[in-house]
Amino acid sequence: MLDAVGLALIGTGLVFFAAGSIGLLRLPDLHSRLHALTKADNLGLGLLAVGVAFLAGDLLIAVKLLLLWLLVLAASAASAHLIARHARLRGQGR
Amino acid sequence: MIDSLIDKDWVEALWLILDFALAVLLLGLAAAAVGTRDLRRGIALFIAFGLLVALVWARLRAPDLALAEAAIGAGVSGALLLAALRDVPPSGLPSVGARGLPLWLLNLGSVTLAVLLGWALLLALAGSDGIRLADLALANLEHSGVSNPVTAVLLNYRAYDTFLELGVVLAAVLGVLALGPARRSVRPAGPVLNSLIRLLLPLLIVTGGYLLWIGATAPGGAFQAGAMLAAAAVLLRLGGDATAGLPGAVGQRWLLALGIAVFAAVGLGVSTGGGAFLAYPHDWAGVLILLIEAAAMLMIACALALAYLGGRPAGWTIGDREGG
Repeated sequence: MLDAVGLALIGTGLVFFAAGSIGLLRLPDLHSRLHALTKADNLGLGLLAVGVAFLAGDLLIAVKLLLLWLLVLAASAASAHLIARHARLRGQGR
Repeated sequence: MIDSLIDKDWVEALWLILDFALAVLLLGLAAAAVGTRDLRRGIALFIAFGLLVALVWARLRAPDLALAEAAIGAGVSGALLLAALRDVPPSGLPSVGARGLPLWLLNLGSVTLAVLLGWALLLALAGSDGIRLADLALANLEHSGVSNPVTAVLLNYRAYDTFLELGVVLAAVLGVLALGPARRSVRPAGPVLNSLIRLLLPLLIVTGGYLLWIGATAPGGAFQAGAMLAAAAVLLRLGGDATAGLPGAVGQRWLLALGIAVFAAVGLGVSTGGGAFLAYPHDWAGVLILLIEAAAMLMIACALALAYLGGRPAGWTIGDREGG
């Protein structure tokens, strides 16, 4: 039962990853691409981490996965900001 | 991890598809990274290639190599290449043929290397079932002082190789120091990058110490730990710290010498009892390996940070000229 829930969560996470990747490829400019990547992929990774935690069935592994997700959130939010800021200072991405 | 699923056929099929996709992507990325004329694009592809290689090592059940590839191959090398890209003149690099070496010689060398690698692969796949080194390494693991076979090979059975590798690192960083003053510092970071650095810096240092300690029993070790500390230095530099958090010039010299000096001192020390160079006594092997790895970690971190700076940071004096 827990395995099934985990697999379902991973599957949902992959859909968000796919959406983020399609957004990166198809959206017209830098800012909307960043938007697609940071929103969709972070949510996808969160779902993936929860799913893997269900499959592992171990509290310690679940806590590690949660911490990893928070780290990636911080890093991806900061790097998206840096890319957008750099583009704005250079007058690109509009 | 998912024992309840492992014996199902469709999981096997999924792994096979994943491995096939990894292999195809790896070759595609390698070809694209080599084939592109745009250096920045090539570096981005190379970093992606390194991350994929790390995944491949993980699939081949070589987590030590996966860690090293992710930390050094993709992470630090990527940072070094991107930093070096800023030194490329706007006119671009001169082509290979114009640099003295004729192109046919390079092609001949590449073909020879490819044939040798293919031959080695053939031998590894079709070789005889004689005594494999891996079996010997595992059989003697309890005498090595550590329980991680990779660390046993690197720091005990073939410690001399690792000793010489640190010599190579030292020679390389001496070359970097001879290049000239370090690159100019980037402008100070904004508040967002600064708070990210404040968050990541302690984590990187703790992770480095953890990788050093855990290397005795699980994947990890001096090279991965050194790469973590070097990543902390790169972050500091990106935040606007001109010396990337390194100590002064004298401190840097000590750190660079430390790896080799401790290694040599331990090697000579254990040979005073009549043993061979670097043949640790059984009871002391674990402690001595940790000591050597700790010194090697500091040296590797300092060397990588200096390589990222691309020359002598402020404070180095060569003769009577200021280095900075």
